[in-house]
Amino acid sequence: MRKRLYCFILCFVATALLWGQTAIADEPEQAPGLKMADQSQINTEKWSTVDHSKFDVLKKKFTSGEEITEACLSCHTEAEDQLRHAIHWTWLSSTGDGLYGKGGYSLNNFCISTNKMHDEECSNCHIGWKGKEDGINCLKCHNLSDMDWKQEFKDLAEAIDSGDPDWSGDIENDIQAKVSEIGMPERRNCGRCHFDGGGGEGVKHGDLDGSLVNPKKTLDVHMGIDGQDFACTRCHTTKNHLVAGRVYSSPATDEHVSLVQNDLAPKIACISCHTDKPHLEGSKPNDHTDRVACQTCHIPAFARAHATQMEWYWETAGKTDNGRVIQRKGAYDRPKYKTIKGNFVWKKNVKPEYFWYNGSIKSLTLKDVIDPSQQPIWISKPVGSPTDKDSRIAPFKVHIGSQPYDMENGTFVAPLLSEEVNGYWKSLDWKDSITRGMDLLGLNYSGKMGFINTRYVMPTTHMVAPAEDAVACNECHTRTDSRLASISGVYMPGKDRFLPLDMGGWGIVLISLLAIGLHAIGRIVMSAKRKEED
Amino acid sequence: MSHKINNIYLFTRYERLWHWLQFLLISILMATGLEIHGAYTWLGFEKAVKIHNYVGITWLLLFFFFIFWILTTGEWKQYIPTTKKLFSVIRFYSYGIFHGEPHPVPASREAKHNPLQRLTYLGVAAALLPLQMLTGFLYWSYNSWGSWGIDFFSLQLVAIAHMAIAFATLIFVIIHVYMTTTGHAVFAHIKAMITGWEEIEEGEPVQDWEKATRR
Repeated sequence: MRKRLYCFILCFVATALLWGQTAIADEPEQAPGLKMADQSQINTEKWSTVDHSKFDVLKKKFTSGEEITEACLSCHTEAEDQLRHAIHWTWLSSTGDGLYGKGGYSLNNFCISTNKMHDEECSNCHIGWKGKEDGINCLKCHNLSDMDWKQEFKDLAEAIDSGDPDWSGDIENDIQAKVSEIGMPERRNCGRCHFDGGGGEGVKHGDLDGSLVNPKKTLDVHMGIDGQDFACTRCHTTKNHLVAGRVYSSPATDEHVSLVQNDLAPKIACISCHTDKPHLEGSKPNDHTDRVACQTCHIPAFARAHATQMEWYWETAGKTDNGRVIQRKGAYDRPKYKTIKGNFVWKKNVKPEYFWYNGSIKSLTLKDVIDPSQQPIWISKPVGSPTDKDSRIAPFKVHIGSQPYDMENGTFVAPLLSEEVNGYWKSLDWKDSITRGMDLLGLNYSGKMGFINTRYVMPTTHMVAPAEDAVACNECHTRTDSRLASISGVYMPGKDRFLPLDMGGWGIVLISLLAIGLHAIGRIVMSAKRKEED
Repeated sequence: MSHKINNIYLFTRYERLWHWLQFLLISILMATGLEIHGAYTWLGFEKAVKIHNYVGITWLLLFFFFIFWILTTGEWKQYIPTTKKLFSVIRFYSYGIFHGEPHPVPASREAKHNPLQRLTYLGVAAALLPLQMLTGFLYWSYNSWGSWGIDFFSLQLVAIAHMAIAFATLIFVIIHVYMTTTGHAVFAHIKAMITGWEEIEEGEPVQDWEKATRR
């Protein structure tokens, strides 16, 4: 008898221990996803057989950007053709037949439209020397100095015009000294446009701003200079100057594959290097990867170092102080009101909003007719649904705005803005700037303009925090203030419940407690009565 | 009105061990489960999930030992349901107990459980708990549904079923604990489950139909 009992106890303990070993064993040194990613970091040191400062073709005096491009192309014979097919040049999505893209009919919540690249200031970020009208500007991405090349050649032209040989000579020497600092693009190169998108630092993206030029690991584990120090191109891999990662109507990457599965896949997705089961075997986060994007937990907030613009109301633009332009600063030393642009709200450390997302974004164009009764109008919105196997819950910056629209045609309008072309920023005249802007696009404008509330989304994928700062389980799995409160279509313990069951369940529990209470009282009373009778 | 008290050895070591082990496992599962469901905050969601999963799977594995034991020892016969005297037991708990009547079916070595207990324990051990283990296991293995070809299941339905059975279990536990106080002394039944020896007021002798061993 005793023997059998001990046998059972032994079996119990053995079962619990054996199974426990796998369930709550001391964590091994590294998660597989981290190991794999480290593996992909071996032998990434760049080396070259070229020293650009030794090329005679770069030793001459340059008087225009075009001359430099010519010098580059004398060796890099295919570069220009490749570039002219790239979205960086065309500003058009590869899908949609010229409809989508800054160079097409797309619009956004910021400077609205480039008017087919006629709004000159917008072209500051284009990789050509003068929009699409002139040659490519190789230096924009490949010159590692801090020179603003377009400005430099403007200055040079001015100096030459002034007839002062010392002034122009100085500039020429400066150009000569820095032109041969050539290499693969660094964070600052890409950042000149992408950190300043929307017309200023941190305006457009919440997860891309000047703080990423020299970020700490706590701001971005990949780019941190005290860590991996990734350049943008470490993940945004290129092929014939086509850079992976642009999200218009099609996803940045079509397939969820890792380099282990396909070593030619672009490295653009987290899973490319970290695999789709990055966490320790048997740990719960691994079970989330089919429905939750890595970014959702690993980017607890965006704009963690610099503030980002969250709201921009064009409808308040145009107020002047007795004819003088107003510029008022607010929180974080960022503009609160500008006569030429309207009101802004800036925020720091912003919790993203979450949407089902299959990697593509549906966006409106200037040709789309909108329904003003359905405000706010989502100019762009993530595409995805809980029933789609390729959709994940992903984090976004949602920018709030108001902008002009055509009240009669029911379409958005594209005002011409730049001072150079006598746009709104100079004239403060909506009617004139919209009429001319729409003309440049070949679109009709009724002349009757109003303002409408808009939303614009941007995926949040940079500023990945160190693992210890990842979002904790209970920030989503809770009924109060869940980060995923707006997400439906998937049952989340702690957040979701079937209310009738809860009410019924607790109701019966309560009734049971009451019943046994009464039963107990009855027993006590009756037993006392019996004793009395005895 | 007093009856002769008999001391009988009712619960073997294994039964007592299994009972208190289940008590421990169910308590932990209930406490962590309700926290996961958002009823309160105690250990924190993450820790509660880890403990709940570990204890749940442990229980599932141990349950096979119980099934093995109950089949090999023939103790399963103690759970064969009967309606005989069922109503007199119900009458006892809802009327007789207040008037000092003796239990119509006192426990004995051959018939540990009265008809009401048999029915309840059979329901709990053969339906409620296995179903809870099944829904819990499905809940836990949610990510493998695809590879098992059962992804037509709905996580929500599994979660609701798991929760519904949890409520049923909680209600069972509440009443079960209360019923332990209905022996000849308040702690008599609990003492029996600890020592194995139950003090029973002598009543009617055990009848043949009750005896597990005669079947």
